[in-house]
Amino acid sequence: MDLIEFSIKTATIFVVFVLTLLIAMYSTWAERKVAGFIQDRMGPNRAGPGGLLQPLADAGKMFFKEDFIPALANKWLFIAGPCLAMLTALLASAVIPFGSTFRFNGHEVNLQGVESNIGILYVFGVVALGVYGIMVGGWASNNKFSLLGAIRAASQNISYEVAMGLSLIAILMMSSSLSLGEIVSQQHGGNWNIFYQPLGFIIFITCSFAECNRVPFDLPECETELVGGYHTEYGSMKLGFYLFAEYINMFVSSAIISVLYFGGYNYPGMDWVYTQLTDAFGTQTGHNIATLIGTAVFFGKTLFFIFFYMWVRWTIPRFRYDQLMNLGWKKLIPLAIFNIIITGAAVLFLKPAITAWLN
Amino acid sequence: MQLTNRSKQVSNKEMTLMERAYLPAIATGLAITIKHFFAKKVTIQYPEVKRYLGPVFRGRHILKRDEDGRERCTACGLCAVACPAEAISMIAAEREKGEENLYREEKYAAVYEVNMLRCIFCGLCEEACPKQAVYLRHDEFIPVFADRDQVIWGKDLLVEDMNNRYTREAWTKEEARVLDLKKASGEVTNVVPRAIP
Repeated sequence: MDLIEFSIKTATIFVVFVLTLLIAMYSTWAERKVAGFIQDRMGPNRAGPGGLLQPLADAGKMFFKEDFIPALANKWLFIAGPCLAMLTALLASAVIPFGSTFRFNGHEVNLQGVESNIGILYVFGVVALGVYGIMVGGWASNNKFSLLGAIRAASQNISYEVAMGLSLIAILMMSSSLSLGEIVSQQHGGNWNIFYQPLGFIIFITCSFAECNRVPFDLPECETELVGGYHTEYGSMKLGFYLFAEYINMFVSSAIISVLYFGGYNYPGMDWVYTQLTDAFGTQTGHNIATLIGTAVFFGKTLFFIFFYMWVRWTIPRFRYDQLMNLGWKKLIPLAIFNIIITGAAVLFLKPAITAWLN
Repeated sequence: MQLTNRSKQVSNKEMTLMERAYLPAIATGLAITIKHFFAKKVTIQYPEVKRYLGPVFRGRHILKRDEDGRERCTACGLCAVACPAEAISMIAAEREKGEENLYREEKYAAVYEVNMLRCIFCGLCEEACPKQAVYLRHDEFIPVFADRDQVIWGKDLLVEDMNNRYTREAWTKEEARVLDLKKASGEVTNVVPRAIP
């Protein structure tokens, strides 16, 4: 790998990193704004126009608070907890394809941190690690509520990962590739997976709610039962990291949903736009502008799903623990397996039949 | 007796498949919340926008002067007697020669104090006053205070300013709105609420 390519990759990773942080930061603002609007209030609107400086104010507050570690806590693990949560949350965004390619001076740059042929597997591995942050932090706090929250988080994440993986298998059977870039490019035009996998999509989005510990599956931090859940003993920026990691996870899972089911940067009529732009501006500038439009579309989809997360949060009450487990093991997993069988049958019999009929 | 038609009979019937699927219920809920998302917000942005409290709102006290600028209060003490919170105290004094342009009657209140921590803004002083001297303003509050010294209001804060007289001209919300517009355009100046020191 020569130096230019290396520096391009570094720059891309850096941009992805900053973008992830920025979106997570403004998700906290959006969360409060959406909550306010849904509850017929205004939400934060004092810090800057429309409250846009609120995340900075919150961060400032978090940084200046006392960084307290309980006397009987396991000090190193107590610090490691939020670090792990943050680290695993940030790792996942590296393989998301944000757009197609940029062209300049004969270089073709993927708008993707790492083009990996096991992209989705990598995301799954990293997301599965995410529970360690919560588990370690909850255990290290030496507090029964924290421990209960951590145990809940662990069992919930493991239960829902099964159904999530199974619902994903149906997608993989259709795409026959684990690479996220490949999955996106197969959904070119209006050929989105949501039209082929509606059931799989519902299972996947439910599971991603559970994976992010969002309402209605926020049992690890449900304050009515567990005080603050796994972060009961946390304060200052360590608490901030936990909350921030949740928003990063939300962004990553929204991005993954739009990549897997909503065609990523694809939109209907993009070929027509592409030819118009390349005719007007030449193959380099036109191509780049088309890529930018695709990226904007991708972010539009992702932001919509972040909004959807918030929308659901202020609509549905929390599940009871037995309801959560029943839903995960008795409903979603059988449904996901059923979906795999249906997809398999369709790929094997229906698709050849339709192609034969069309020809 | 049935008061409203909103009450629903509780039933323990087995849920239908549609109800057990839970997703239609979620969709209904989402529709309700998104409706609220786009609904007009009821918030009044307080320090910038103030709600009209109505003509009979009982705010801070004012000691009225008559049309010649003479204080109406004669220090009869009926307001202090009427006050259930014992917030009012006063010291009476006799009017000297040459002070006829300051005080309307021969006796006046040399000191008139209202303890705003004790006052419950019931308006009984207003009702008790035989000289129409004390009123509770409908347009101004007692401001926030940081010190106990700021709580006892003397005549310096209570007596009406002749350049900015207190009149209760707007009796309905619409009249108040019209008056507010006139105030904003500078057409009416005498009813502008005095800036509280």
